[in-house]
Amino acid sequence: MAAPTMESTGSSTTPTQTITIAKGLNNALRNAMERDPKVLVMGEDVGKLGGVFRVTDGLQKDFGEHRVLDTPLAESGIIGTAIGLAMRGFRPVCEIQFDGFIFPGFDQIVSQLSKMHYRSQGKVKVPLVIRVPFGGGIGAVEHHSESPESLFAHVAGLKVVSCSNPVDAYWMLQQAIESDDPVLFFEPKRRYWEKAELDPTAEHLPLVSSAVLRTGSDVTVATYGPMVKTCMDAATAAEEDGNDVEVVDLRSLSPLDLGPVAESVRRTGRLVVVSESPPESSVTSEVATRIQQECFYSLEAPVLRVNGFDTPYPPSKLEEGYLPDLDRVLDAVDRSLAY
Amino acid sequence: MRATSEGGADLVQLLTPEGQRVSHPDFDIDITDEQLRGMYRDMVLVRRADREGNALQRQGQLGIWVPLLGQEAAQIGAGRAMRPQDMAFPSYREHGVAWCRGIDPTELLGIFRGTDHGSWDPNETGMSLYTIVIGNQCVNATGYAMGQKFEGKVGNSGDDPASNEATMVFFGDGATSQGDVHEGMVWASVYDAPVVFFCQNNQWAISEPTERQSRVPLYERAKGYGFPGIRVDGNDVLATLAVSQWAMNEARQGNGPLLIEAFTYRMDAHTTSDDATRYRLDDELEAWKLKDPIERLRAHLLREEIADQEFFDRVDSEADELAARFREFCVNMPEPPPERMFSAVYAEESPVVAAQREDYLNYLAGFADSGHDTEGSVR
Ligand SMILES: Cc1ncc(C[n+]2csc(CCOP(=O)(O)OP(=O)(O)O)c2C)c(N)n1
Repeated sequence: MAAPTMESTGSSTTPTQTITIAKGLNNALRNAMERDPKVLVMGEDVGKLGGVFRVTDGLQKDFGEHRVLDTPLAESGIIGTAIGLAMRGFRPVCEIQFDGFIFPGFDQIVSQLSKMHYRSQGKVKVPLVIRVPFGGGIGAVEHHSESPESLFAHVAGLKVVSCSNPVDAYWMLQQAIESDDPVLFFEPKRRYWEKAELDPTAEHLPLVSSAVLRTGSDVTVATYGPMVKTCMDAATAAEEDGNDVEVVDLRSLSPLDLGPVAESVRRTGRLVVVSESPPESSVTSEVATRIQQECFYSLEAPVLRVNGFDTPYPPSKLEEGYLPDLDRVLDAVDRSLAY
Repeated sequence: MRATSEGGADLVQLLTPEGQRVSHPDFDIDITDEQLRGMYRDMVLVRRADREGNALQRQGQLGIWVPLLGQEAAQIGAGRAMRPQDMAFPSYREHGVAWCRGIDPTELLGIFRGTDHGSWDPNETGMSLYTIVIGNQCVNATGYAMGQKFEGKVGNSGDDPASNEATMVFFGDGATSQGDVHEGMVWASVYDAPVVFFCQNNQWAISEPTERQSRVPLYERAKGYGFPGIRVDGNDVLATLAVSQWAMNEARQGNGPLLIEAFTYRMDAHTTSDDATRYRLDDELEAWKLKDPIERLRAHLLREEIADQEFFDRVDSEADELAARFREFCVNMPEPPPERMFSAVYAEESPVVAAQREDYLNYLAGFADSGHDTEGSVR
């Protein structure tokens, strides 16, 4: 598979700046709303409060209550009405406050959103983005730390993506809004405040593409979202032990762009797949299966996985054990190398 | 858009904000002085534990706290209308209801400190665990109440109060927008389930005022489901008790569901993570402070000479003791052991989970053998 080509940049002339993921998302929403009057932001507390994570901060003040809708407290309602608005030509961006609260809207996503285009054989487009802050590590109570992305990746007709850094946050959200397909946009909430340089005139990848963030020759680590930083840190730590780890950020979970992963595995012969979600029937299962199939003769070790566990998300005093950390990733790297 | 402070003409009230007893044609109540003092004590103790919860969060001892400040009368009035055999389905702010169900306030701490998801036994206490996903509990409560009815625990004549039961479900004004709450009400009416829907309209759902959820007063919605709806002054513990007792009796007698809207106010932020100054106006808070539920009952007790200074002092010192015990319990709570993560996922153990537990414990044991701490890069 060929490496994805870079996309040309937007017309923005803003100079390079240091931003957080939250700010990257905020800027992305602002740009999209300025460019296209049909872009709407909707959700609980997204207006005056600016969202519980302040990702929509200031948007209602600048675009008004009809572009930034503080909705009633009902996720099925938020997503269901957004579907109707999208059918009418709007491009709604819905915010789900926390991962564990998407399920009241699950029916609308699975039964209507994902199937509208197929059912109408392309006559009806539903350009809808659902933003979901996801994952653990913030010491929260129940339902605030889940990783439900695999449930959506399993549903045909949806795009499921996850950004891991401010630059991707900025570009991927704008691309998701421009997409005519419905996009589930998973945001690594515990990384909201991590910073990076953003040059808005620089080239960027298409939405559906994975990216090699760090090259290495011994083991490939494929991951996404909040675990990208953990895996990058693990790769740095592995260096001390003389192990050269390559890290691929999957970025798009459905469809998957496994070209760069396969290419990498053909060189390293080893793959570790990492995510916070429970392992059974997950995105990591999918990556492992397909790479095993595609790279069977290149593999020196079975594809290994590092995940959360097949338990409900535990009380926060236990999440440090639940979430893959640097040590668990390194442990898998070592086990892979030991074959 | 902003929250309202006037409950309207239909508001049931038995105590004015100044603590003066007023009568109501339908909801007069016989209550002893001792019961009145008891409810005062309930409210003061619950508020004190609540304030300590806020302080413990500020000191980093709790991850988050969900304050009840201002809603004490609504919860104590409703909670004291329940009998041991009744069942409560709470949301996450029901510290006063928990108190009335005999759950010690320290039992609430694990949820907010992150050591458990709720430690009390719902079967023993007659109170389900806290529900965080908005509205979910309304359908569960209706199902439970259907069960009470199917088992013949409603509408029995005779003197034994234990022969009849009902369920009370607690939710907020914001929750009324959720499908689950509508579905709960539809089921309850269709099956005549003995369930009392107790909505605490505290005027806000985080930053969104009640007007963002409904165009009609919430209690009026009941008509559409075919059962009575009533709005009570939720800062008046006497009125809340009277209306709740009536509603629970109706349900126990087999007359089907009811909706109570307790018109009240959230005097603190939504949670300790919320910044209420972004959306709430000061004068609104000031107006509601004049309706403080505890001050109101205290004024009444003084006015009618039902309690003296010695009583108030005794309650205050009890509150001090509770606060100290609450704090002490919190800071000394043991950390859950790692195997707790894998326990009770299924009633019949899953081989997958069992294998993961074993792997994980072996992995942890590896650190102990290596003589390094878990911070290092040893494997
Ligand atoms: C399904 C769901 N969506 C969103 C949330 C996030 N959230 C927690 S509390 C809350 C507001 C609830 O308001 P209300 O029902 O009025 O109850 P109150 O907290 O005011 O008692 C929201 C939006 C949630 N817990 N569950």
